[in-house]
Amino acid sequence: MAETILEVRHLSKSFGSQTVLRDVDFSVRTGDVTSIIGASGSGKSTLLRCINLLETPDSGEILFRGENVARPGFSAPAYRAKVGMVFQSFNLFNNMTVLENCVVGQVRVLRRSREQARANALRYLDRVGMAPYVNARPRQLSGGQKQRVAIARALAMEPELLLFDEPTSALDPEMVGEVLSVMRALAAEGMTMLVVTHEMAFARDVSRRVVFMDKGVICEQGSPEAIFSDPQREETRSFLARFRQS
Amino acid sequence: MDKLLKLGRDVSLLWRGYGASYLGGIKNTLLLALVATAIGCVIGLVCGILQTIPCAKTDRPFKRFFLGLIRVLVRVYVEVFRGTPMVLQAVFIFYGLPYFTDNAMRFSSVWAAAILIVSINTGAYMAESVRGGILSIDPGQTEGAKAIGMTHVQTMTSVILPQALRNIMPQIGNNFIINVKDTSVMFIISFTEFFAFHRYITGVNNMYFPSAAIEMLGYLCMTLAASFLLRWIERRMDGSSSYELVQQDALTMTAGTWSLPDAKGGR
Repeated sequence: MAETILEVRHLSKSFGSQTVLRDVDFSVRTGDVTSIIGASGSGKSTLLRCINLLETPDSGEILFRGENVARPGFSAPAYRAKVGMVFQSFNLFNNMTVLENCVVGQVRVLRRSREQARANALRYLDRVGMAPYVNARPRQLSGGQKQRVAIARALAMEPELLLFDEPTSALDPEMVGEVLSVMRALAAEGMTMLVVTHEMAFARDVSRRVVFMDKGVICEQGSPEAIFSDPQREETRSFLARFRQS
Repeated sequence: MDKLLKLGRDVSLLWRGYGASYLGGIKNTLLLALVATAIGCVIGLVCGILQTIPCAKTDRPFKRFFLGLIRVLVRVYVEVFRGTPMVLQAVFIFYGLPYFTDNAMRFSSVWAAAILIVSINTGAYMAESVRGGILSIDPGQTEGAKAIGMTHVQTMTSVILPQALRNIMPQIGNNFIINVKDTSVMFIISFTEFFAFHRYITGVNNMYFPSAAIEMLGYLCMTLAASFLLRWIERRMDGSSSYELVQQDALTMTAGTWSLPDAKGGR
C-alpha cells in the first residue's frame, strides 16, 4: 500500500467575489499519476497553483507528507524544491542557456557543486532528448522543445512530486506527442505526478486516478475506467460527451 | 570665415595655455560620473529588490509591518531626491553636516562629498528605472524560479535582475550621460570638474566664447564615447544569435543511463 504524499483538505480560494475553489478534498499517493480534468475555468490550474503555493489558499489545509504547508508563516522555498512544476507557458529562464536552466536550481537551491549539477542536468536533458541543445537559448527553441527542457529542469531537482499545469495546451498539435511521450515514460518510471490536462487519452491511459472538476468543486473522482466508461454524474457525462464530439 | 579662423586661433591659444587643466577636468568629470552612476545603479538595484519582496496576507504581522515600512522609506527617498535639484542637494548635504554637528563633522574630501551626492541622486532615478525593468519581465519568469525553490533574493539575482538590467541598459546610459553633464553643478561645493576649469580660465583671460567652444566639444566627445560604449555593451549582453548543436556521441560519456531516483528509494 503506497503512502499518501499529498492531501488536500477543505481547500477554498476566491479572487474577489469570484469563488474559484470550494471545499476541495483529495489526495495523491506516492508513485501514482493523477489527472485533473474539467472545463476551462473550473479551477484546475488554481488548485495546482495553490498546491505549489503560487497562490495563497483562503482556507483549508494542504498536507505534504503530513505537514500543513498552507499555514501562515510556512517557508515555501524548501517545500517547492521538493515539488516540481511544469507550466503551460514553459517559463524557462530567458537569460540562460538550456543547460544553465537545468543547473541554476541545483547549484543555488540544493547547493550542489557545479560539476555535479552539470552532469545531472545533462542526464535529464538526454532523457527528454534535448541534450544536443545545451547551448541554445529558450527563444531559439520550438514550443515542444521548450517544454521538454522545462521538464528536465524540474526533474534535475529530483522532486518527490511533479505538477503539470496543462503542459501541452500552448503547443502546436504536432508537438503535443513529443511532450506526452516524455510524460508517459516518466509515469512508467514511477514518478508521482499530478497533471492538469485536456488530453483525455493521456488521462485515460496513463493515470491511476482521474479527478473531474466542475465550477470549483471536485464533482467526481475515481479510476480512469470508472470516470470514462461509467461516469456517475450528469456534469461528467456532458463534459466527456463534448470531448467525444470534437 | 575669418571669424571662424579667429575662433580657431583663440581655441588653440587657450589649449596651449590650459590644455592640461581642461584634460584634468575631463578626467575628474568622467571619474565622478562613472563611479556615481555605478553606485547609483547598485542603490537602484537594492531598492528594486526591497520594493518587490512579496507580501502575503498570511505572513506574520511583524513581517508585513516591516515590509510596509521599507516600501514607504524607499518611496520617500525616491520622491525627495528626484524632486529637488541636485545643486541644492549638494549645498544641503555639504554644508548641512558641519551646521548640524557644530563643525565637529565635515567632509574631509570634496571627492567623497561629490560622489555621495551624485550617487544618491542617481540612485533615486535608478530605483524607478529598476522597478520599471522588473515590471517589464513576464511574471512567468518569477513563477518558474519560485517553482524550483528559489527564494526572493535568488529569484531576483539569478533570473529577474539580469533580464531587467538588459532592458534598462538604455536608461542606465541616459543616467550616465546626464551625470557627465550635470556633475557641472558640483562647482558649488568647489569640486573641480570640466566646467569648473572653464570658470577659472575665463576668470583669468575673459575668453568666454572660445573656452565655451572647447567645453561644448569636450562634453560632446565624452557623451558620444559613452553612447558607443553602451551600444557595444548591449550587443555583448544580447549574446550570440546562433547556437551549435552538441554531437550526441560527445555526450554519452557524461549522460550515462537514466534512472528515476525516487522510484528506487532515493539516493
